[in-house]
Amino acid sequence: MKTEIKTKKTKSGLVAWIDDRFPLSSFITNHLREYYAPKNFNFWYYFGALALLTLVLQLITGLLLTMHYKPDAELAFGSVEYIMRDVSFGWLIRYMHSTGASLFFVVIYLHMFKALIYGSYKNPRELLWLFGVAIFLCLMGEAFFGYLLPWGQMSYWGAQVIVNLFSAIPFVGPDLSEWLRGDYLVSDATLNRFFAFHVIALPLALFGLVFLHLVALHEVGSNNPDGVEIKKNVDKKTNIPLDGIPFHPYYTVKDLIGVSVFLLVFALIVFYLPEMGGYFLEANNFIPADPLKTPAHIAPVWYFTPYYSILRAVPPILNSQFPGVAAMGLSVIAFAFLPWLDRSKVKSIRYKGNLFKRWIGLFVVSFLVLGYLGTVPSTVWGQFSNAIPLIGGVDKATVVARIFTITYFLFFVLMPYYSKKDKTKPVPSRVSY
Amino acid sequence: MKILIKLVFIITCVYSSFGYANEQLKLDKAPINLNDQASLQRGAKTFVNYCLNCHSANYMRYNRLKDIGLSDNLIKENLLFTAEKIGEPMKIAMTKKDAKDWFGANPPDLSVEVRARGADWVYSYLRGYYRDSSRPTGWNNTVYVKTAMPHILWKLQGDQKLNEEHHTLELIKPGTLSVKEYDTLIGDLVNYLTFMSEPSKLKRLHMGYYVLLFLGLLLVLTINLKKEFWKDIK
Repeated sequence: MKTEIKTKKTKSGLVAWIDDRFPLSSFITNHLREYYAPKNFNFWYYFGALALLTLVLQLITGLLLTMHYKPDAELAFGSVEYIMRDVSFGWLIRYMHSTGASLFFVVIYLHMFKALIYGSYKNPRELLWLFGVAIFLCLMGEAFFGYLLPWGQMSYWGAQVIVNLFSAIPFVGPDLSEWLRGDYLVSDATLNRFFAFHVIALPLALFGLVFLHLVALHEVGSNNPDGVEIKKNVDKKTNIPLDGIPFHPYYTVKDLIGVSVFLLVFALIVFYLPEMGGYFLEANNFIPADPLKTPAHIAPVWYFTPYYSILRAVPPILNSQFPGVAAMGLSVIAFAFLPWLDRSKVKSIRYKGNLFKRWIGLFVVSFLVLGYLGTVPSTVWGQFSNAIPLIGGVDKATVVARIFTITYFLFFVLMPYYSKKDKTKPVPSRVSY
Repeated sequence: MKILIKLVFIITCVYSSFGYANEQLKLDKAPINLNDQASLQRGAKTFVNYCLNCHSANYMRYNRLKDIGLSDNLIKENLLFTAEKIGEPMKIAMTKKDAKDWFGANPPDLSVEVRARGADWVYSYLRGYYRDSSRPTGWNNTVYVKTAMPHILWKLQGDQKLNEEHHTLELIKPGTLSVKEYDTLIGDLVNYLTFMSEPSKLKRLHMGYYVLLFLGLLLVLTINLKKEFWKDIK
């Protein structure tokens, strides 16, 4: 390493001049050319790079939108239409931003699922995982604040519902939600502060956390589909992991394929399905916000619906909605505890037993069913007949949501038990490629 | 894995047996064709003459009508009633307060109405009026029950009556247009409203083709680039 840097220092010219003042070459060496990643990455390992790409796309399109958008309750809706009609390529920028928001969550969910099946949150990557969970929380906030800005009916009433959730917190709730809104109801004051959070506070926090996430990643190195630590098998002379390959050029060129495919899907949606059947842009949001007219059915955007379903599924206790709100919060926070809940001896699903696989399957099904139910009214399947004891007259969808809410939480709560009891297979010492 | 398949199976069975509890309103399919400029121009004429008195289209500028094949002069001479300059948006003179006093409700701005309601809804709504003496306007609607809007186009369509038993509409007094002509008029109008709700749509559909082509080529290139680099990884 030292000799390498020395030879570079003998180089004359601009790079040498910079290297004397800033660790440019050594950074490129340590984090790209001689940063070793396992050679057996598969499909699931594209999404980290894609998340970074989406973040940058959102930043650029967001910046351009900010130049024309007006965070004012009187002007906001019109300024979005102005962008869609009168700004050159404004429609493209806006659709890229709205599609980017949804795809950001698709990418992040797949990225998290990768960690789940390959045990990437386990020792020594606990902090890496926690930074990831913090990014996820920030992203949810970013999406929530951003969703108010078009100032349509769904923006307005969605924000109203979510801010009102804080009212359910005992004692301080009502004051807290009023403080968050800056008014007695969602209004111009709320729009202004949500705008500030959306364009300054949370993007800044996101970038900081992404930086920390990458620092942690480069300290411990990537996990891989086998869950084998490549640093344990190194070439004795060079100290290079035997199963590692330099990130650049191998993974930079491989990620370019992922980027191309992602951009194809992205463009397909932006140009041909920007509303995605109402899942990315809701029809109700083309009606300007009206504080006097509550829409018949208020639902969050698809990426929040699993948690929204959990909120609706938990019945009020002693006339308080707090248990539902707490369950919803817990359903998101639960991910942070995974490193300590999973007591399996192996990381990857490839060497885990059937018990763990079944629980992951059940969790995925719960997540998807809850996600679907969150998009529709709870009356969607009608009610059980009154003749049935206990559940007579109750909405069928509510009962189903309750069952899957329980399985969702059991996945986490029982993990210490089933991950330990699970019959694992022996892990090879080298990765399979 | 087996349990996963079982679960999916159970869910599909349960789901399909539940069915939808509340039956959806049956809407007629609107004849939308954004490439039919003649239809869009006829729709624009109907819109400006009949709708743009109570309804505004605040986000639509008159000169955007050039996108549907009209010239500045044609727009100025035939369609520019509520504004002086061709770059102005389609505003109306009626105030919100007056509207509320006169109709009991504010006629919504129609710039993006089709994106909120859907073209089929508007198409069915404008053909769904029937005589109802219990309503203040004398009109009711099958699509939007107790609508506050009177039947503006009644002279063209004539009077319809609701057959309560079959929930169908019958023409009891013909208007100046035949049923077919009236349907075409509304079809053109809704086509125009669809255009107005997203004037950049045709450009978007057209541009997407080239972007996808470019990205497809990029994918071929990146796949081969990766293959070339990864040859030496065993």
